[in-house]
Amino acid sequence: MRIVGIDLGTTNSLIAYMDGKTPRVIAGRGGRAMVPSVVAMTDNGLIVGDPAKEHLVRNPARTVYSVKRFMGKGLADVADELKYFPYTLSEQGGVIRIKVGEKTYSPPQISAMILKELKQRAEAVLHEDISKAVITVPAYFNDSQRQATKDAGMIAGLDVVRIINEPTAASLAYGLQQRTQGTIAVYDLGGGTFDISILKLKDGIFEVLSTNGNTHLGGDDFDHVLAEVILKDVRAKHGLSLEKYDEAMQAVRLEAERTKIRLSDEQTATAVIELPDATGTYRKDFSRDQLEALTVELVERTLGPCRQALKDAGLQPSDIHEVVLVGGSTRMPLVRRRVQELFGKAPHSELNPDEVVALGAAVQAGILSGDTQDMLLLDVTPLSMGIETMGGVMSTLVRRNTTIPSSAKEMFTTYVDGQTGVDIHILQGERELVKDNRSLARFRLKMPPLPAGVPRIEVTFLIDANGILNVTARDMRTSQSQSIEVKPSYGLSDEEVEQMIGDSFKFAAEDITARKLIEARLDGGALIAATEKSLTQGGHLIAVDEIAAIRAALAALAAARDGPRPHG
Amino acid sequence: MDHGHDTTNKRTELPMARSMCWHCQSEVTGEYYCGQCVKVQPLSKEMDYFTCLGLPRLLAIDTASLEAKYYDLSRAFHPDFFQRKTDTEQQISLGNSALLNTAYHTLKDPIQRAEYLLKLEAGSAKDIRNSPPADLFEEILELQEDLEAFRSASSARDANETAQHRTKLLADRGHLDQRQQAMDTKLAGLFTKWDTIQSRAPQPDALRPQKDDVLKEMRELLSNRTYLCSILGDLVATLEGGYADRRH
Repeated sequence: MRIVGIDLGTTNSLIAYMDGKTPRVIAGRGGRAMVPSVVAMTDNGLIVGDPAKEHLVRNPARTVYSVKRFMGKGLADVADELKYFPYTLSEQGGVIRIKVGEKTYSPPQISAMILKELKQRAEAVLHEDISKAVITVPAYFNDSQRQATKDAGMIAGLDVVRIINEPTAASLAYGLQQRTQGTIAVYDLGGGTFDISILKLKDGIFEVLSTNGNTHLGGDDFDHVLAEVILKDVRAKHGLSLEKYDEAMQAVRLEAERTKIRLSDEQTATAVIELPDATGTYRKDFSRDQLEALTVELVERTLGPCRQALKDAGLQPSDIHEVVLVGGSTRMPLVRRRVQELFGKAPHSELNPDEVVALGAAVQAGILSGDTQDMLLLDVTPLSMGIETMGGVMSTLVRRNTTIPSSAKEMFTTYVDGQTGVDIHILQGERELVKDNRSLARFRLKMPPLPAGVPRIEVTFLIDANGILNVTARDMRTSQSQSIEVKPSYGLSDEEVEQMIGDSFKFAAEDITARKLIEARLDGGALIAATEKSLTQGGHLIAVDEIAAIRAALAALAAARDGPRPHG
Repeated sequence: MDHGHDTTNKRTELPMARSMCWHCQSEVTGEYYCGQCVKVQPLSKEMDYFTCLGLPRLLAIDTASLEAKYYDLSRAFHPDFFQRKTDTEQQISLGNSALLNTAYHTLKDPIQRAEYLLKLEAGSAKDIRNSPPADLFEEILELQEDLEAFRSASSARDANETAQHRTKLLADRGHLDQRQQAMDTKLAGLFTKWDTIQSRAPQPDALRPQKDDVLKEMRELLSNRTYLCSILGDLVATLEGGYADRRH
């Protein structure tokens, strides 16, 4: 059974597979491999990717983007970045809910829509059913964020055989291509997240020595800085507060992104925005120097994690043989310069930084399907994991940068005669106090009603190869294992995931109709364009009445393409 | 560093959880895989880390061959290679890999290695010190006064005083660093001493009094070292103005 590799990105997503010994990304109908991670709920149904991106400005309240920033999070975690999000967010059971039109979705459900789009794309090209996937996540994703990604896969009808870290995936693709041996640093600045991983490559073993990052730092933040300047300028020049206009806010955000991208190649670029209420067209010139002055602080924020990762690996910058750049945001010259200064060597970017993660996911998929045993990835857990102890202090059981799989055992007993349970609170983070760390989950350990101190329950905390925690318990007196119901602090319950899988099937038929319509419209458009071109080039070769007939057919096709959705 | 022992991959010397294959019930005499049905076998939960990596219980370890052995065993046990196998085999692979990872990283680090040996040979790794060891008493006392003076100067925002006390603290740090280096040298001596006795008498009961003497000395030294490291960690954190790293 084939396993595909998926890069589920903040801004763009890709799917790749192994073609013999070569990983390849799968391009869509337009020839582009990247699918914008945007989902629009239109009157004609659900659309994903490039066509959905067009709805960002046209229909912002019903178009969801950058949903990855919400995965495994509660509302309080994202409070300070809601300004640009035009849809209404709420929280239920520790999980953010996104209200789009009349319906409410969890972030894994939105992600599942993107995954389905990728899955269908692969099925169309490979002519087979796709049901198994490796999905990448930022290395610095915590347990809840990983679990949410796995849930998204399940909702999309995919068996997520492995969650792997984006920088390590990139190193697999890179190592395969370059046949590198030695110590490498992978600097991965994506749309929403930043990761640094330091690996040792030797005889096909990819051993991660340390990892660090920031799951809230990426290209989006650079866009927001530029957008702020534009918003302020529009207010000053036109007395217009664009914050009140959802459409204009999206236009500003997208134009800020375009300007930023242009400034990677050019010294100057002009941002152009149509102002609402017929106020006119707004223009502002930006120079690369200006952009760099505005965003230098953001780039600096990536360097602290780099230094910490070096320290944790016990290395100096000069010990790094090669630096590999991953993620679209590493195209910015300022990023390249600062990385080069830190490591004292020019970074590599032979592989397309947008595609290398998906390619690496495909390589890992190949390993998991048993196609190759040449390579093996030994990854680490990015954050320390522990439990709450007396006085609100975290007791660490598995330290950050521990190679996974890894397990820790802890013995629990009772303090009161006849006590029937002990509450256990699992945490993730690097700080002393419980309140400064991330709450992962809670569970109640059942105790046999015996005198205090007599029960002995051994709990095993196992972090699997996905970086996801599994908890098991065993009564040492009876050797009986105990089933544990772990309640995640920021995650969907099993029942909810089941429900969402059900819903996803229910709406699948509807979605297929919508999808067919979109494809038919695209095909129609392509046919019109091709015919027009032929007419221009060779129209003189055919009879006038034939041309008239063709023109009539073209007009009919155009009308059908632009017409409303047919019923039934 | 290599003491001439054979660290090559002998797949027959490891004690396993049971002597019978969990799958086909045929006899298994310590292989990773059953000779009959080729299923992976679980490593014994009681297996010590030295045995897991096929090493004698010595403190001098050739890290290159340790790493080679670790990579070799990772290829044998890692869950990546058991994806298409049964649930039971996947569970075994997961358990074996987790044990192997802990074993390797414990033995790779000389301090953790010594602490682990103490746990194996003498029941517990080290004592947690709450007061400075006698020969460090004076220095620690002085350091604490200097720290106090530095903190009050910096909270009073007296730049001149702060700089002065900072210089003092940097000197203290230099002294303590030297102390740590001296401890490390002494520890290396104890490593050699242990290895000499252990190589001569690998049986657990043989030369027990001599072994216990070395272990006792080592435990004392490790406890002092841990104490010193945590003092140094606080000192560095104070100088850098950040919170202390929780390591050690």
